[in-house]
Amino acid sequence: MAEAQNIPVGSTTAGSIAVAAESTVATRMSAPPSFDVADFPVPHGREEEWRFTPLERLAGLHDGTAVATGTALKVAIDAPEGVTVETVGRDDARLGRAGTPVDRVAAQAYSSFEQATVVTVPKETVLAEPIRIAVHGEGGTAFGHQVIELGAFAEALVVIDHTGDAVLAANVEYVLGDGAKLTVVSVQDWDDKAVHVAQHNALVGRDASFKSVVVTFGGDVVRLHPRVAYAGTGGEAELFGLYFTDKGQHQEHRLLVDHNTPHCKSNAVYKGALQGHDAHAVWIGDVLIRAVAEGTDTYEMNRNLVLTDGARVDSVPNLEIETGEIAGAGHASATGRFDDEQLFYLMARGIPQAEARRLVVRGFFAELVQQIGLPDVEERLLAKIDAELEASVVEASA
Amino acid sequence: MATLEIRDLHVSVEADNATKEILKGVDLTVKQGETHAIMGPNGSGKSTLAYSLAGHPKYTVTSGTVTLDGEDVLEMSVDERARAGVFLAMQYPVEVPGVSVSNFLRTSATAIRGEAPKLRTWVKEVKEAMERLNMDPSFAERNVNEGFSGGEKKRHEILQLELLRPKLAILDETDSGLDVDALRIVSEGVNRIRETGEVGTLLITHYTRILRYIKPDHVHVFAGGRIVESGGPELADKLENEGYEAYTKGGVTA
Repeated sequence: MAEAQNIPVGSTTAGSIAVAAESTVATRMSAPPSFDVADFPVPHGREEEWRFTPLERLAGLHDGTAVATGTALKVAIDAPEGVTVETVGRDDARLGRAGTPVDRVAAQAYSSFEQATVVTVPKETVLAEPIRIAVHGEGGTAFGHQVIELGAFAEALVVIDHTGDAVLAANVEYVLGDGAKLTVVSVQDWDDKAVHVAQHNALVGRDASFKSVVVTFGGDVVRLHPRVAYAGTGGEAELFGLYFTDKGQHQEHRLLVDHNTPHCKSNAVYKGALQGHDAHAVWIGDVLIRAVAEGTDTYEMNRNLVLTDGARVDSVPNLEIETGEIAGAGHASATGRFDDEQLFYLMARGIPQAEARRLVVRGFFAELVQQIGLPDVEERLLAKIDAELEASVVEASA
Repeated sequence: MATLEIRDLHVSVEADNATKEILKGVDLTVKQGETHAIMGPNGSGKSTLAYSLAGHPKYTVTSGTVTLDGEDVLEMSVDERARAGVFLAMQYPVEVPGVSVSNFLRTSATAIRGEAPKLRTWVKEVKEAMERLNMDPSFAERNVNEGFSGGEKKRHEILQLELLRPKLAILDETDSGLDVDALRIVSEGVNRIRETGEVGTLLITHYTRILRYIKPDHVHVFAGGRIVESGGPELADKLENEGYEAYTKGGVTA
C-alpha cells in the first residue's frame, strides 16, 4: 500500500519526534505510575491517555464501581514438565517487578486482585512445547494478575487465549532473565460484549529476547498496554500486533518501549483491518530513548486497512529521543482505504468479489504474519482473518 | 464462433458533480480471429470503451447493448464478464501488495477455468509462458505489479492473456511506455494468442507503431466518443502520415 494513500474521513494519523530534556511520554499522563488506585483521579475522558476510549463502555473499571464476581473467569494452564505454576497471594515478593500501573484501570486491577498466578520456567530450561493459558469468560467481572518468569537462558513460547464474555482488568508481567527467550502470543477472541483492559509489562534481561504477538479480534472494548523496559544491555524486543475491528468494536493498543539501557533493540509492527459502522481502532506507539540508552536501535510501524465506510482509526506514533548516540530510530504510520481499483483488477481476472477481498486482506497481513515466525499460529491467524471476512460478507448480503 | 457486438453504446461518468457523456453511440462487431485496431487522439473515449466493456464501476452505461455470443455483457458483474471470456489488458495495472504473482495467476486461472489447474502441468505452463515473454522465474514470487517497471507490468498483462485464453482480448494502450525491445516481446505474445484463431482482439492505441508488429484486419478511428471512420490496414497508414487533425477539427477537441 502506498504511503500517501487516501486517508479516510474520520481518521487521524499524527506523528511526532520529540527531542526533549523532559519526557513528554511521562508528563502527558494525568498521574505518575502507581500501584494504588487512589493515586489516580477518576478519568473524565479528555485526558491524553483516555481521550480515544469510550469510558461509558468500561463497565465501571475506571471509576471504582466495578466489583469482582466469584466465577467470572475459568483459567486453564497447560504447562510442559519443568514449568512451575503457582497461585499466590497479594504479598508475594515476585509481583510488581516488571512495571508499575500507568493508568487508573491498571492500578484498580492491582489494588483489587485477590490471587495471582506465577508461571516460572527455571534457568536454562528450553521448552519444546508451548505453555498454554486458556482464559474463558463466564460473564462476570474479574481483576487479574499474572507473572511469567523465565530464568537465565530459558526459552519458552506462551500462548494465552481469551474467549467468552467477561469484564476483565489485569496486569501481566513478563520477567526475562539474562539471555532468556520468550515469545508470548496473546489472542483476544472474546465474545461481542467483553470488556478487557490490561497492561502487559515486559522486563527484558541482559541479552534476552522478548517477542510479543498481540492478536485482537473480539470484544466490545479491548484496551491493551504492551510495555517493554530493559534490565540490561543487549536486550531485544519485537512487538507484533494484528487486529480486526468489526462494527461497533473499540480496540485500542497503546505501546511503550522504554529504552532505559544502552545497546538494546526494539521493533514494533501493528497492522489492523476495520470494517463496519463505528469500528474504532486506536494505536499509540510511544518509544522513549533515554539519555543513557546509547546504541539504541528502534523502529515502529502501524498500518491500517479500512474496508468499509463508517470505521475510524486513530494512529499516533511518538518517538522521543534524549540522546543522539543511537544506531537507528524510525516510525511510520499509514491508513488506507480498501482500494476499489485493486478489487476491479482482481475481479477483471475472473476472481469473485469475496475472494478478491480475501486476497487483498490476506496480502495486507501477509508480511506481518510471516514475521511472527510460528507456523501453527500463522495458520490460525489466516484462518481467523478469513472467518472475519466471511462474516462480513454474510452480514453485507443479509 | 465468438462474436462481440456493441450497439449504440452510450457511457457517462460522474465528474465534479456533473454527468459527462463520454461514449456517444459506439457500434462495433468483433468476431473470433479478427483484430480490430481502435485509434484516436487523447480524450477521444478509447479507454472508456475498454473499461466499460470490462465493467469498471466508474462508468455508467446509459443506453445501448453489448453482447458476447448473444449473452448480455452489461448485465454481468466484472468477474462474470471475465469468466465469460472478456479480458482487459490494462494501461495502468494495479499493485496488490502481499499477493504473489504465482498465487494471483493460479487463483485467476482457477476462477476462469472453473477448476484448479493440476499443479504439475500448471507450473510447467506458467514457466513456459514466462520464458516466451523473457520473464525471469523469480518474477512469480514478487507481489502483483509491486515495483514492476512499465515493461514488466505489460509483460505481466500479456502473460495473463496467454494463460487465461479469453474469447475477447481488449488491449488498452499496451504499447504505451514500452521501448522497442519490450514492444516486440509483448507483440509476439499477442500474436501467439491471435494465431490460435480463437480470440477476437480489440487493440486500442494512440500510435501506429504497434501496428508494425500486430497487423490489424480492421482499423477504426475514434473521435468525440464514437467511431468516425473505419477501414482496412491502409487507414493506419493514412493516420501515420496525416495524424488525427482531420478528425479533431469541427468542435471535437483532442
